[in-house]
This record gives sequence, C-alpha cells and structure tokens, in this order.
Amino acid sequence: MRVEEKQTTVDRETGSQTIGRSFEKVCEILDHHQRNPAMLIPILQAVQAEYRYLPKEALAYVATSLGLPPARVFGVATFYAHFALSPKGKYVIHVCDGTACHVKNSQGLVDAIRKRLGLSEDKHTTDDMLFTVETVSCVGACGLAPVAVINEAVHRQVSPQAGVAAIEKILESEEQA
Amino acid sequence: MKNGIEQPIAETMFVDGRELPIEGERNVLEIARKAGIDIPTFCYHSELSVYGACRLCLVEVEGRGVQASCSVAPEPGLRVKTNTRQVRDIRKISIELLLANHDMNCPTCVRSASCRLRELSERMGIEKLRYKAVHTPREIDRSAAALVRDPNKCVLCGDCVRACHEIQGVGAIDFAFRGAASAVVPAFCHNLDAVECVNCGLCATVCPTGALTPKPEIDSVWKDLDDPDTVVVAQMAPAVRVGLGEYFGMPAGTITTGEAVAALKAIGFDKVYDTAFTADMTVLEEGEEFLARFAGGGRLPLFTSCCPAWVKYAEQYHHELLPHLSSCKSPQQMFGTVARRVLPNHIPLDGKRLVVVAVMPCTAKKYEAKQEKFITDGQPDVDHVITTAELGLMLRQVGLKLDGLEPQSFDMPLGFKSGAGVIFGVSGGVTEAVLRYAVEKVHGAPPADVTFHEVRGEAGLREAAIQVDDVELRVAIVQGLANVRAIADQIRDGNCPYHLVEVMSCPGGCVCGAGQPHTFNPAARRLRTRAIYNSDKTLEFHKAQDNPELQRCYAEHFGEAGSHAAHQALHTAYRQRRRLHEIDLSVGSNGTADRVRVRVCVGTGCFLNGSQELLRQLIGHVERNGLEQRVAVSATFCMENCGHGANVSVNDTPIERCSLEDVCAAIETALASPPAAVPQL
Repeated sequence: MRVEEKQTTVDRETGSQTIGRSFEKVCEILDHHQRNPAMLIPILQAVQAEYRYLPKEALAYVATSLGLPPARVFGVATFYAHFALSPKGKYVIHVCDGTACHVKNSQGLVDAIRKRLGLSEDKHTTDDMLFTVETVSCVGACGLAPVAVINEAVHRQVSPQAGVAAIEKILESEEQA
Repeated sequence: MKNGIEQPIAETMFVDGRELPIEGERNVLEIARKAGIDIPTFCYHSELSVYGACRLCLVEVEGRGVQASCSVAPEPGLRVKTNTRQVRDIRKISIELLLANHDMNCPTCVRSASCRLRELSERMGIEKLRYKAVHTPREIDRSAAALVRDPNKCVLCGDCVRACHEIQGVGAIDFAFRGAASAVVPAFCHNLDAVECVNCGLCATVCPTGALTPKPEIDSVWKDLDDPDTVVVAQMAPAVRVGLGEYFGMPAGTITTGEAVAALKAIGFDKVYDTAFTADMTVLEEGEEFLARFAGGGRLPLFTSCCPAWVKYAEQYHHELLPHLSSCKSPQQMFGTVARRVLPNHIPLDGKRLVVVAVMPCTAKKYEAKQEKFITDGQPDVDHVITTAELGLMLRQVGLKLDGLEPQSFDMPLGFKSGAGVIFGVSGGVTEAVLRYAVEKVHGAPPADVTFHEVRGEAGLREAAIQVDDVELRVAIVQGLANVRAIADQIRDGNCPYHLVEVMSCPGGCVCGAGQPHTFNPAARRLRTRAIYNSDKTLEFHKAQDNPELQRCYAEHFGEAGSHAAHQALHTAYRQRRRLHEIDLSVGSNGTADRVRVRVCVGTGCFLNGSQELLRQLIGHVERNGLEQRVAVSATFCMENCGHGANVSVNDTPIERCSLEDVCAAIETALASPPAAVPQL
C-alpha cells in the first residue's frame, strides 16, 4: 500500500452522516469568507470544525469554489498537523511530545493511553469513533510537562496512571449518557 | 565631461574579487552565471518564480554570511565569494543528503545520461555515501498516456509544481505532507490520469532527474517493425528535424532532416513521410474555416487546435471557448486519416496491416492519438507516438549514429511540404502559415512578402495587426496556457479584438516540446527556432496552397479545401471534460442500494447557473417529505455539459437546465417505477 494513500483514506460510512447536515454550512463558510482564495486556511479550519475532519469531497468543493487547483488545497490540508484527512473520534487526545514533555516521560503516557484504548502508532482512532490519540510537537506549555490536551482542556503533569484515569472518567460519563 | 557625452556610471558588484556590472539581473546567481561561474542549482529556472529550496546556489556574502544567491538582489559594492570551503562543504552535504533517499537505480533510469543529480554528484566529487539510506519505495504512477511519475526519484525542487501552476495555469501536481514525508503528488494522491493534467510534459522538461518522464512506446514500435505482416510508415513532425541532432551531441539547432529520414529507414520503416504535409493541409482547412467565419460573421476569434494539451485545457477549463476552437484535426491526426485513405493506392499492402508511427517533439501527442474519437473499429488512426528522444534512443539501441548516415529524402506523396507546414514547429508558426494563405485569399493575389515578422517573437502573449487592402486581420499568439486567461476574459466581456488566436502550451512552441532531447542549454529554444525558419527558407514553396502534392491529394480524395468530404475526414469535435474524477460529495444519509440516486453538479459552470441553491432546495424537499431513506442526494463535480447547467441526474438519466420542479418530478417517477432488475452474475 502506498504511504500517501494510507494517510488520506476517508471513511465514507462514518463521514456521510454529518455531511448531509453540513453541506449548507460549508457554503455558508465559503460565503462568509467571500470565496477568497487567500482565506483558504480559515476556511479549512471552519470546515474541519463542522465535519471534525476534512473529507476529500469537501476539499474538492472548497478548491472548486475558490478557483484553486485541488492539488494545492490538498497540499495545505496535509501540511498542517491541525488538519485531519480522516474522521476523528469524539474525544481527541493530543499528547505533547516536545522536548520538555519527552524528558518527563510523555512516551510512557502515550503508551499507557494507547494500551488502554487498543490503539497504536498506526491506528489513531478507536473503532467506536469515541477516541483519537495523537502526539503533537509542543503545545507551548513546557512548564506543565508532560501535557495532554483532551479536546480543548489542557491537563498538566499527566502521569501514565493519571492519563488512563482521565480516560476511565470519560468512558464512565459516556456510559451514563 | 571630456567629449560632452555623459557616460552613465555602471553600477558594479564583486564576485570572487572580480568587478562585474549590474545590468538588470534579478539576483546574484544570474550575475555569477553571466560571468561564466556555473553555480549549481536544482530549483532555479529563469522563467519560474524564485523558490530558494535546493540550497545549492549558496555563496558567502560579505557581512551577511552564507546566502542562497538566487534570493540575493544585486547591490552596488556587494562582495560575494562563490568558492569557499564552507560553501563547497554545504553544497556537497546537500547532494549527499539527497542521494541518501534517492532511488539509485541509475543504469535503468531513462534520465541517467541527462540527470542533474548524477551530474552534480560527480561535480561535487562524491565518491561514497556517508549517510545511511532511508529510502522507502513508493508506487510508480504509469496511469497517464503521456507521462510516468516516479516519486522515488523526486528531489523536491518544485520545478514541476511551479511550471505546471505558473506557466500552464493548471496545477495538477503540488507539494503535500510535511518534513520527511513531503512529496509532490496530484490532488488526493490520485493518479495523474484522474486529475486535470493536460499531458504537456513541461514538468518532465524542467525535472532535473527521472521523477517525471515521457511514457515510452519504443517496445510496441519495435514489435510492429519486427512483424512480417505489417507495413510500417512514419510521419515526422517539423520540430524533430531541429531537435534530433542534440541527442547525438550536435549543436542545438542543427538541421538533420535527411539524416533523420535515413535513420528511420535504417531501423526498418518502410516509408517515411512528413507531418508538415498535413500541416499544409491544416493551413488550408483552418484558413477556409477562418475566412468563412470572418466573412460570414461566424464566431471569432478562431483558436488553433493543433496543440492537444491546449485542446484538453480548453475542454476542462474553458467550455465557453470550445465553439471558438478550429474543428480541424491536428496535423498528426490528419496524417493518420490521410495515410489510411491515400497510402493503399501508393504502396502495395498485399493484405498486410498498415501501421502509422508518429515521431513527435511532444508528450501530449501520445495522449491525443489514444483518444476514442481517433480510433475506428479498434484501429487507431495513429498506432504509436514516439518522441524525438525515443527515436534517438532507438538509433542508439542498434548502434547507429546520426552523422554517419547518408541523408535521404521523404517518400512521396505525403513527404512533400511547403515551408508553411514546417514553421508549425515554432510559436507563431501556425499563425504565419495561415496568414500566408488568408492574406492571399483576401487580397486576391499572392502577397509580395510571405514573411510576417510581426507574429514572431518570444513573449508569452503577442499580438499583431496585418493590413490587407482595406481589411485588418488582428491576431494573437499565446504560449504557456496560463496566458489564455486574459483572452478568455476579453471574450467573456465582449471586448476581444482578435480574429485569430494561436495557442501552444510549450513556451517556444513544439521545438521546445517535452519530447525533444533533454537540454539544460537556455539558448536551445532560440537556436531551434532559427533552424525552423531557416528550414522554411530552403524549401521550394512557402505557402501551403502552392504544394502540388497537396493539390493532387485534394483533387483525388477530398475535393476542395473546406468541402463536405474534407470536413468529414479532416475535422473533429470537442467535448467538455471534468477535471477531477471519482469525487462526489454525498449529502444524504446512508441507506440501501435500491434507492433513487440524485446527483447535482456543483462544478463552476453549474454553480453559476444556481446549482447550489437547487441542491439546498432539493435537500429541503427530501427532508420535508421524509424521503431520506429512499432518495440519495449527492453533489458531483462535473457532468461535462457545462453550458447547459444546472445539470442533474436521476438514476443516471441526465436533466439539463434543471429546476426544482423538474428534479422532483423525476424523483417521483423513479419512486413509482419498480426497482431495476439486478443483473445476475
């Protein structure tokens, strides 16, 4: 399998449910930015906020609407770690692996979380689409190392045990819901 | 002032201690090269934007340290050193690092003889690799008819990306991913044949390595040459005669027409003809078409249609220009048709298969010959298309040298041409050839001079006005597809002043096509162009209408130029083409397969006709009537019917100029009818 292709596989089954409601929203986003090609990155950010990732169909639509070659839009979308080309889970866990976090055992934290969720270096999202675990290179909070960011919430000095505990807590609340 | 003449004081800077004048150069690199110092580069091309990525052109700038000379503007008094230990070391390391993840199967690489990476590696004196190779093989993309994309040989200089985007206005490939994963890929890592690539091959021309190369067809040509049950004929394009010599080390612009004919005969071709014959024919057909439109108030400007990359570009991006395109087949395809009609009367086939091989300076011609419209009952009009460089390779394979061959003449009748057909090989040539015909027709007598200097030149967009008695013919010449947009905008706004527009995708025209021998010589374009004009001068006739063999051919097979018979055989039609394949945006929920499938086009043309609003209303209609489980709505990107939007299809039945009422009615009908029987396997 080609390395490139693996990174861009789009899960149509899980993706299409949201697209139905979101198509109009994409049009609104484009209109809001006057369909200005210079606004490509804010547009992609807004589209990702809607879909939780960037389906290639949406990228093609954005490219067509902005008059940009789709290859260029694809290039921007794959350049930034912030943009995802495959669907992400409801809870996105970013474990910082910058220098400070790394020396404070961020690898142990990632390993523990992945083990708990049955994930690996190649598999980032759980089959039930609840969790996505990724490493990032510095979130700019080195004094709090090691840091994990779950959706928008920053967790400080997270030991492997604390990381797993945070996941148990989310699972519990999901079961109750 | 001694003589009363004020001498402007030349501004100067210093390169390696030598004082050099600053004469409008864009950067220090250009100044150094002008002074004969060949600073190495991968990513610097004088016709592309400055990118500064390859880090090979580093120099030491006094007071500023090591800088990329392509990105340092010349300043008076600036002192740079191009040859210091530090600079040499950094350049060497850059090459070593590129080699560390390069697919180094050089003996089996088509570019091994003209590879800049190999050349620079040798120049830098690299004898062994100090870094561990971390090369992970990636799949080679052989999907396109014209080009092969081998990402394993890419050095990420970005020349192809900028050429495709800046010169051709296409942008079929671009950088994607980041850091060690960086790659140059088509959109979504699709194959090249599924995206908007027009096959012009400019990417292969600028590629310093073998990452993008013309797709070879040599093997199938050898196979037909070896087959005793074939008669194999060649047609040779004008630009080949001024390019082939370079493949054998001759100076750029050497004319080797006779040697090339002899070479084709020597490797087994039964007959060798000249594509310039059918270029002459194109002049007559296109000239008649032009004059008819000009006199009869037809659609103007008329665009030329010889360049298949331009035709595909128009089909993809400018559907509104398709009625402006000349309906003439290109000279290559006209030759295919004419050969199959005419040659059986001239060469005894004795039941053998006639094989037509085109030798072209072009990659897009490979794609053109394989289009369905040029294949009759499984038999392509032109069987194989090889490039100038492929012909050179075939000769070398059998140990023939071009300059050791006794020149021969083309075979008759399809080998006879006027100079008009030959100048098709340069930008401005088709225009000039058509003018040599049209001016005579308008004036009613041969013009005193057949040379139209006003259409010659090197600018990407040139215009000229030719006064014939009381008529003014206004023409424009475009090279580089990105330059088409200005004219398309004028046409849209109704203020286009031109009557005739020539478009060639390659800067310089066919003589600089991607099929020509690879060269890093920036003077090659001018020398090849001059050779084509010289070739015209040496011929007996300079106007297509004076070609006696062409006149005979018309009389025997096609009647008058522009006649019904000529139209049937020598003209073609164009279609709208989608740019991206296999991309539909599903806007409905999941469901079963027997639902009604509705696709609404949201491509540019249909968008302008309100398809987005239609789609919104349709989604609302489906939801209001609780049809989500029975009707699957998706947005698609082009149904190749752009002038008639909004385009909608309901269970693959197309509806053009579709309104909400139309699509709702069609859905209702589809829901009422029983589901189509599932074919049994």
